[in-house]
Amino acid sequence: MSVLVYTENWDGVFKKLSFELVSYAAKVAEMMETSVTAVSIGDVADDELAKLGNYGAAKVVKVDGNTTLDNQVYTGIIAQLAEAEGAKVVVISHNNTGKALAPRLSVKLKAAVGAGLIALPSSTEPFTVSKKVFSGKAFANVVLKTDVKILTLAQNSFEVIEVGGTATVEASTATAGEAKTTVKDVQKQTGKILLNDAEIVVSGGRGLKSGDNWGIIEELAEVLGAATACSRPVSDEGWRPHEEHTGQTGKIIAPNLYFAAGISGAIQHMAGISSSKCIVAINNDADAPVFESSDYGIVGDALKVLPALTEAIKEAKNK
Amino acid sequence: MKIVVCLGNVPDTTTKVKFGDGTAFDKTGVQWIINPWDELALTRAMELKEDAGNPVSSVTVVTVGGKDAEPTMRKALAIGADDAIRVDTDARDAYAVAGQLAEAIKDKGFDIILTGIESSDYNGSMVGGMLAEMLDVPSVSAVSGLTISGSDVEITRDIDGGKEQVSVATPLVATVQKGIAKEARIAAMRGIMMARKKPLAVVPAAEVETLTDFVSFELPAPKPPCKMVDADNVAELVDLLQNEAKVL
Ligand SMILES: Cc1cc2nc3c(=O)[nH]c(=O)nc-3n(C[C@H](O)[C@H](O)[C@H](O)COP(=O)(O)OP(=O)(O)OC[C@H]3O[C@@H](n4cnc5c(N)ncnc54)[C@H](O)[C@@H]3O)c2cc1C
Ligand SMILES: Nc1ncnc2c1ncn2[C@@H]1O[C@H](COP(=O)(O)O)[C@@H](O)[C@H]1O
Repeated sequence: MSVLVYTENWDGVFKKLSFELVSYAAKVAEMMETSVTAVSIGDVADDELAKLGNYGAAKVVKVDGNTTLDNQVYTGIIAQLAEAEGAKVVVISHNNTGKALAPRLSVKLKAAVGAGLIALPSSTEPFTVSKKVFSGKAFANVVLKTDVKILTLAQNSFEVIEVGGTATVEASTATAGEAKTTVKDVQKQTGKILLNDAEIVVSGGRGLKSGDNWGIIEELAEVLGAATACSRPVSDEGWRPHEEHTGQTGKIIAPNLYFAAGISGAIQHMAGISSSKCIVAINNDADAPVFESSDYGIVGDALKVLPALTEAIKEAKNK
Repeated sequence: MKIVVCLGNVPDTTTKVKFGDGTAFDKTGVQWIINPWDELALTRAMELKEDAGNPVSSVTVVTVGGKDAEPTMRKALAIGADDAIRVDTDARDAYAVAGQLAEAIKDKGFDIILTGIESSDYNGSMVGGMLAEMLDVPSVSAVSGLTISGSDVEITRDIDGGKEQVSVATPLVATVQKGIAKEARIAAMRGIMMARKKPLAVVPAAEVETLTDFVSFELPAPKPPCKMVDADNVAELVDLLQNEAKVL
């Protein structure tokens, strides 16, 4: 018996997301009195793989090759390893990759899925998880009825816990047939902090009046080492790229700190960001709904407040 | 080519959710809509069909739900779908819904099967991938662009920090998200009139089990009031973020 965790790598390197997943798997394993086996597909160096031990993996099984994701091939490999390890629980991220793999794996292993979790199971007998429903307006307690369970963890919702352990690395030759999807081209953003990874996000809405005013958002993001985001109308207007739109129909994120400037706080916008640990709203309308769901607020003109804030942060950093 | 769009019927996104005794969603007074991503999927399906360069012969919508889902399905027919299938049972969990969908659409020769990336009520993001595995066809998720090229489908999918162009032979399941269509279509009067006469087949539910039980619901704890800071004193905000919230 074990808890299996699928760890995604980016060109052979693990990110915080992977460590978060292993930390979570380690806590689940503790509840079930078993150990964690991490699975890594693609070409990753052994010393990188061994790092997973620091977060609680006892063993890492690596499957070289298959560097481009084909959902069927990956699912086939993970299913074989889950069976070989006698996994009772499989932990996967609730990111785009996880959303592609977990459902296929669920059918293959006939395993119930607890999807998009933000906390540990509340009990293992019966196996019960709490999940966000209605885009964060409520939580449901869900019993997973099958022998094997799959848990998908929302990004940035569990702390990374270093335990200082070491993991043994084993190579597996598991394969799962030919890929039926062909990757023709990949375009990656470089040098930018990704919205999903960011600890701090500076976001602007229609209250900024024009895409030309985005310099003040970018300057604040720059001093904070933050990613930039926006509301849906802003990306619909073409002021900002679609990848930056947060909310129910855009990205769902959970940074430590989210600045909402010139954003009214529509329920669909908040649905994407309400899991942020701290929300700061800047709006010139004291009655804007955004203040109801924020931790700190400033009533004022974003075009003036944002540059002042950038200066104040620079000053605080120089102290 | 035949396209089928899996259409979820969900409460309007501004609905104040209530749970009666805490064990089930209270449907009283709720307005129902097409799940936002499914509406975008349907819009893209219509665009593909209308482009004379594409060999698309029909667009079908399929919903797992009771009779109360039919107004939403008629909306989809009014937007332009040719016909509709309703699997007559309540949606209880993602596995059961996918199982019902698989039974309803297999052997019907659909080439492109579209689902949304998530339903806005139970937020699972699971049905599309489960359906693909049950039908044993390839799946591509987080699809933000889709065109047809011969018997293949060319897809743009979002990956962490970028985009990928992928080519897949049909049949396949594409799980779509924002970007797949610019804006969801709204039904015109003519479409609404025509929709009344379009076929809406009701098929009985298959024997499909659930893997999960939704046992109870809770509302999140109310947020403490927002702490206001004067616009002329942003230094105070910085201090609070550093020393009180400890997020800077
Ligand atoms: C099905 C559905 C899904 C949706 N999904 C999303 C989603 O995922 N994400 C999303 O964001 N929206 C979404 N929306 C749209 C949402 O309902 C709102 O329309 C949108 O969030 C409003 O964007 P906004 O706050 O930027 O603009 P507005 O509502 O126009 O608000 C602008 C705000 O800026 C303030 N303001 C004006 N001038 C200034 C100034 N100088 N300084 C400071 N403040 C100023 C105003 O007081 C106002 O509060 C969705 C809607 C639907 C129906
Ligand atoms: N009851 C349903 N009937 C038809 N399709 C559905 C139903 N529920 C979910 N779907 C499809 O599955 C997608 C993902 O749903 P979910 O896994 O519930 O988040 C939706 O966008 C729909 O395309």
